[in-house]
Amino acid sequence: MSSLLRLATAGSVDDGKSTLVGRLLYDTKSVLADQLDAIERASVDKGMTTPDLSLLVDGLRSEREQGITIDVAYRYFATPNRSFVLADTPGHVQYTRNTVTGASTAQLGVLLVDARNGVVEQTRRHAAVLAMLGVPRLVLAVNKVDLIDYDEAAFTVIAKEFAAHATSLGYAEGTVLAIPVSALQGDNVATKSENTPWYSGPTLLEHLEEVPVAPDPHEAPFRMPVQYVIRPRTPEYPDYRGYAGQIAAGTVRPGDEVVVLPQGLKSTVESVDTADGSLDEAGTGKSITVVLSDDLDITRGDVIAAADNAPKVTDEFTAALCWLSSKQLEPGARVLVKQGTRTVQAMVEELNARFDEQTLSIVDAPEKLELNEIGNVSLRLAEQLPVDDYTVSPRTGAFIVIDPKDGDTLAAGLVGHRFSQLKGVTEPEVA
Amino acid sequence: MTTLEAAADAARDNLAALESEAIHIFREVAGEFDRPVILFSGGKDSTLLLHLAIKAFWPAPVPFPLLHVDTGHNFDEVIAFRDHVVEKYGLRLVVASVQDYIDDGRLVERADGTRNPLQTQPLLDAIADNKFDAVFGGGRRDEERARAKERIFSLRSAFGQWDPRRQRPELWNLYNGRHRPGEHVRVFPLSNFTEADVWNYIAREQVELPSIYYAHQRKVYSRDGMWLTEGPWGGPRADEEVHELTVRYRTVGDGSCTGAVESTASTVEEVIAEVQASRLTERGATRADDRMSEAAMEDRKREGYF
Ligand SMILES: Nc1nc2c(ncn2[C@@H]2O[C@H](COP(=O)(O)OP(=O)(O)OP(=O)(O)O)[C@@H](O)[C@H]2O)c(=O)[nH]1
Ligand SMILES: [Mg+2]
Repeated sequence: MSSLLRLATAGSVDDGKSTLVGRLLYDTKSVLADQLDAIERASVDKGMTTPDLSLLVDGLRSEREQGITIDVAYRYFATPNRSFVLADTPGHVQYTRNTVTGASTAQLGVLLVDARNGVVEQTRRHAAVLAMLGVPRLVLAVNKVDLIDYDEAAFTVIAKEFAAHATSLGYAEGTVLAIPVSALQGDNVATKSENTPWYSGPTLLEHLEEVPVAPDPHEAPFRMPVQYVIRPRTPEYPDYRGYAGQIAAGTVRPGDEVVVLPQGLKSTVESVDTADGSLDEAGTGKSITVVLSDDLDITRGDVIAAADNAPKVTDEFTAALCWLSSKQLEPGARVLVKQGTRTVQAMVEELNARFDEQTLSIVDAPEKLELNEIGNVSLRLAEQLPVDDYTVSPRTGAFIVIDPKDGDTLAAGLVGHRFSQLKGVTEPEVA
Repeated sequence: MTTLEAAADAARDNLAALESEAIHIFREVAGEFDRPVILFSGGKDSTLLLHLAIKAFWPAPVPFPLLHVDTGHNFDEVIAFRDHVVEKYGLRLVVASVQDYIDDGRLVERADGTRNPLQTQPLLDAIADNKFDAVFGGGRRDEERARAKERIFSLRSAFGQWDPRRQRPELWNLYNGRHRPGEHVRVFPLSNFTEADVWNYIAREQVELPSIYYAHQRKVYSRDGMWLTEGPWGGPRADEEVHELTVRYRTVGDGSCTGAVESTASTVEEVIAEVQASRLTERGATRADDRMSEAAMEDRKREGYF
């Protein structure tokens, strides 16, 4: 069982995400006395009788003034079995870009709904974002059950409706669990609630401790974007030349046949180095320095990949975009694409489709893509790039779109992602 | 597997992941910026930062200089440690001195004698004068609520200011370091370390730290509920009684507002046990500057602080 779980909250504004995160921290004794003092004082000032646990995460002045979350807060806590990295994201539609930020690295999404309202527009938007990004598992936390008298029937209706929606988004049975909770009172968060005798499943915390994390794709072919060339030129290491990077997929061992892309140069791994010594093997996520047996011209931006299973090298591909900017995207736009360790100029040749995440339908050839919309585009690049499909190799299939004029990040990009990969969605063939 | 073994495994995986993440961040900056610099005070977080930088570029030397914003209210042990580290690794050290600013009138000493807030101007000037475009800081998200909101690559305006409402999305590990002339990026490779992670990693790597992080005898006096040490910052006052206690520091900052904690922890293992048992955060226990208001840290960051 993996010992580290990264999770992100999601769901509509005021559905109780920050309170739930505060409750998790509080009930796992991850809140220290001075932090608690501070929020107790602030809660009294606001005329509240119990401490407002959302203040543990809503750390910005304007968040506290407005009582909403604006940007992601990262919090950490651990139980004897697992360490958790928790991203509490905003529900407000205006800050969806920050929700995408928190979700991009999550292994589990905790999607909240208010039990009184059930699934709403923003729930569907966030569910679509989580599905697109390939977050492998979801929890539907049906929150505020204290306000519906812990009514089983109401819970079941919401859970059923969402299960159907999640299935349409491609979530297989067993990857989505609905839990009735009250973040405010603590029901079924860390302790089993006596108010919901009809619920026999795990508490949220039990589930977080036990949920399987998708194994590192050890079987996946090796990929490492070169970040930096290490050439000490010191008396001790006069001729050392190593390629520094973090393994994006797969594993590497000395003796492995590799290919350097986009050039297509073949070589063999001579050693896998770290400051702690050379390794017999290194896996996904590890930062290493690779020494090759041939003297090649390799620079930042190149990708070292398994020779027998290399990514395709291309200067055009289709991709899904989560558009995160208030500047709208139109066909013909010139942008920068940062993928791996390379940033290249690109042109958006075609807007092929827009995914309507509310109705789960496809709009063909839209005229533009606006803030928070999800689309499929055809990109042409000024240089050849080695790319994988996001669904096959997320770290080498992910890219960001940057505005060349002011450097803003405009979109999250997923190479090759087709909406037809979301089950239940039919789309016309893209030319 | 027993629970203890599972817990040990969890801890090891976690530290390995944090190390790889930090190394990746250092290398991204080295690859994309012209003039990066590491903020280095000699404290534990900046020492850890440097340790990771050394690992990131091994066997080549660290390709960045260090910048110390010196408040003039230093612990001798920390300055000695700073100079020792600079010498040992053959690094270049740039010092921005708050004292110089006070001496020539560019800054005025505050009534309370605290110099932490005075660091911002010399820091921003040093960044501008040296044309630093990326500035590594040892900030961690678990330190404080406002820090928990900051990106790993945090864009600062030409005035060094952080605008929390205008942070860029930060997706996967694809950092966007684009900035306009005059702007710079603060980079936080330790963002996802907790205080416990820092100490566990220090133990694992046997990182050398200034001696004041471990228990020692010290003459201290109590002010605002903290044990402050005697020093040129004007303490103790006549009404403040001096005690000789066994203490250590959990954080090291400006001497006038960094408190010691009573402790007998004299080894890394003892410190780890103490941190785990503590019911106070490190800032809550030791930093007068953060007790000033609910949003003290956010306000200082907006002004251009670390
Ligand atoms: N009765 C009740 N109220 C709750 C519960 N959970 C949260 N609330 C209240 O709902 C309001 C919103 O809670 P937050 O935790 O700030 O909501 P949020 O989802 O984080 O909101 P944004 O981050 O702005 O999207 C607060 O007044 C909470 O006290 C619950 O389980 N029961
Ligand atoms: Mg919130």
